[in-house]
Amino acid sequence: MTTTATQLDIDRDKGNFKVEESHKYDAGIGLSEATVDYICDVKGEPDWIRDFRKRALKVFEGKPMPTHWASKDLENIDFQKIRYYLAGDQRAKRSWDDVPDEVKATFERLGIPENERKFLAGVEAQFDSEAAYSNIKDAVAKDGVIFMGSTDALMEHPEIFKKWFGKVIPTGDNKFSALNSAVFSGGSFIYIPPGVKVSHPLQAYFRINAENFGQFERTLIIADEGSEVTYMEGCTAPKFDTATLHSAVVELVAMPGAKIEYITVQNWSSNVFNLVTKRAIAHENAVVKWIDCNIGSRLTMKYPGVVLKGRKARGEVLSIALANDGQHQDTGAKMIHAADETTSNVISKSISVGKGRSTYRGQVHIPKHLKGCKNNTECDALLINSESRTDTYPAITVRGDKNYVQHEASVSKVSAEQIFYMQQRGLSEAEAMSLSVNGFVNELTREFPMEYSVELKRLIELEMEGSVG
Amino acid sequence: MSATLEIKNLNVSIGDKQIIKDLNLTVPKGEVHAIMGPNGTGKSTLAKALAGHPDYQITSGDALMDGESLLDLEVDERSRAGLFLAFQYPMEIPGVSIANFIRAAKKARLPKGEDLNAPAFYKELYAMMDMLKIDRKFTARSINDGFSGGEKKRCEILQLAMLNPKYAILDETDSGLDIDALKVVSEGVNTLRGDHMGALIITHYQRLLDYIIPDAVHVMYDGRIVKSGDKDLALELEAKGYDWVKELASDAA
Repeated sequence: MTTTATQLDIDRDKGNFKVEESHKYDAGIGLSEATVDYICDVKGEPDWIRDFRKRALKVFEGKPMPTHWASKDLENIDFQKIRYYLAGDQRAKRSWDDVPDEVKATFERLGIPENERKFLAGVEAQFDSEAAYSNIKDAVAKDGVIFMGSTDALMEHPEIFKKWFGKVIPTGDNKFSALNSAVFSGGSFIYIPPGVKVSHPLQAYFRINAENFGQFERTLIIADEGSEVTYMEGCTAPKFDTATLHSAVVELVAMPGAKIEYITVQNWSSNVFNLVTKRAIAHENAVVKWIDCNIGSRLTMKYPGVVLKGRKARGEVLSIALANDGQHQDTGAKMIHAADETTSNVISKSISVGKGRSTYRGQVHIPKHLKGCKNNTECDALLINSESRTDTYPAITVRGDKNYVQHEASVSKVSAEQIFYMQQRGLSEAEAMSLSVNGFVNELTREFPMEYSVELKRLIELEMEGSVG
Repeated sequence: MSATLEIKNLNVSIGDKQIIKDLNLTVPKGEVHAIMGPNGTGKSTLAKALAGHPDYQITSGDALMDGESLLDLEVDERSRAGLFLAFQYPMEIPGVSIANFIRAAKKARLPKGEDLNAPAFYKELYAMMDMLKIDRKFTARSINDGFSGGEKKRCEILQLAMLNPKYAILDETDSGLDIDALKVVSEGVNTLRGDHMGALIITHYQRLLDYIIPDAVHVMYDGRIVKSGDKDLALELEAKGYDWVKELASDAA
């Protein structure tokens, strides 16, 4: 069981295992005010959070599902059959030796401690509702960098936490941000002091182990003036017959001149509804870059956004989505220009395999009174089979004549002649497919950190291997 | 085991239309044979059928490589067994560099899990590129993407050189080439020819055979070989024109 994972055995099935459940804390099945009270009591949270959660629950209950524009598959989520809080222990351990054996074994199998030794500045490993492990390298902590779970942060650093929590993404932003606000647990809180440049990435790993469960982590990252940070998140779950829900809220604040790079490699099993709200505020001269790779899940709905609030702020979304049989990757980006000379760049590449479906939804907003704003949007879709599907819904609102927008979209198909050509050189059909898919995303993955582009390439190879009869 | 590429009474159809009719041809290893013939006579069909293109049905007959039938093998298995086809119209694979493509093809020939020695691979690749007068900057360019006709054909010969097949079929390699490119490609083929490889060169024009001197020339018409001879047959054909081929075909029928 305790095999140490290397990059050689990263695959879609790698996360498909579970360990015995032994939860000390269990909020039971279904959602009500009692669920919220249970979570607050167990966590020992202050009253302002309890009130915040209860208000959010009301907002959630009052909001309809967004099925007038989104997939009807959302109706298959039964909120009363989900377990909202499952935890073994409240406190994340600072040493892997103190983490319970089966949880530690899980993360070892996923290669987390090894990656931590190799190239990370800090790691948080969440198992169901709470982090089992959280640690930051001493050298990084000495610079004043704070990296901890959301519950610890709201109690230990309320002065920073309260200032930004729920400000980038208000509770009522959408039904799922309201749900997260009511029952959130886990996720990361990061604060980078002014001028501090964290040289290695901080990583969070989100693991769902339990069946009929919902994971609702809450992440808040604040990069103070002139600071820089890269944050990476990975996620897996075992494959269950029942639906699992993952609904996170991620808020980023880049103060003037700060730089945040946020990288996701989502590799959920194909029974997971992955409904995530991610948004950043970029102040003057700040840069926020979302790198978003969606390989797994049953339905993913995720549109990372940047509100370009300060002059010369820049926002970027680079995303790759791969939708295989039975999967729908509904992803995109939002760029809200709210100051002069702000720039944004969206590059989206989607691949639909078999009966997989990928959807791009983009929103670019540049109001009339601004000048010198620029947006570039490129969305390219690759279809592998004749039953594969892709849709593009760009919504670009640009007013005024002092701004510049460029939009390009393409749909291509891997042709039988291309496959024949590659096979004639000795590649199997699956190798030929994965080579052309990797070629399709190549220009984008070059922008990714090495470790992640290697992982992504292997994930694509394994996906394509499984898709050829 | 005979060291030949042997085509026996081969019949090939596309859909309901029969293209290749009882074709017989033997290319011994170490020799270069040329097939000439007018357009639409089945030359490219023969090449693609031998490579295993799914649209071309072999209705009867056989094709043997060193005594082993190719017909039960998949396209990629035929390639790994040692059959190479230089395409008339090479496909573009956006985002896949020449180096990565050839590397993947070489890796496919290794036992599973084994990887290429990268420095040795690049050394070999650069040597072959120098021989074919291909700029080294090309290694990073996407395969055939935005290449000129001549670049595409040189890239095909580069792959041929790197994959070191037992038998190579060159389908209209001279089409789209100016005289300089034709010389470079021919030099490449001449360097690669030898005891280890048999080659079948398909061409519409005689001029390629001024540079690559064949051991034998076969004239094809209406799905059949209607006449075979030595290199002088190409010159005779050039002088008499393809109407002469039609006469030969009606004589044979």
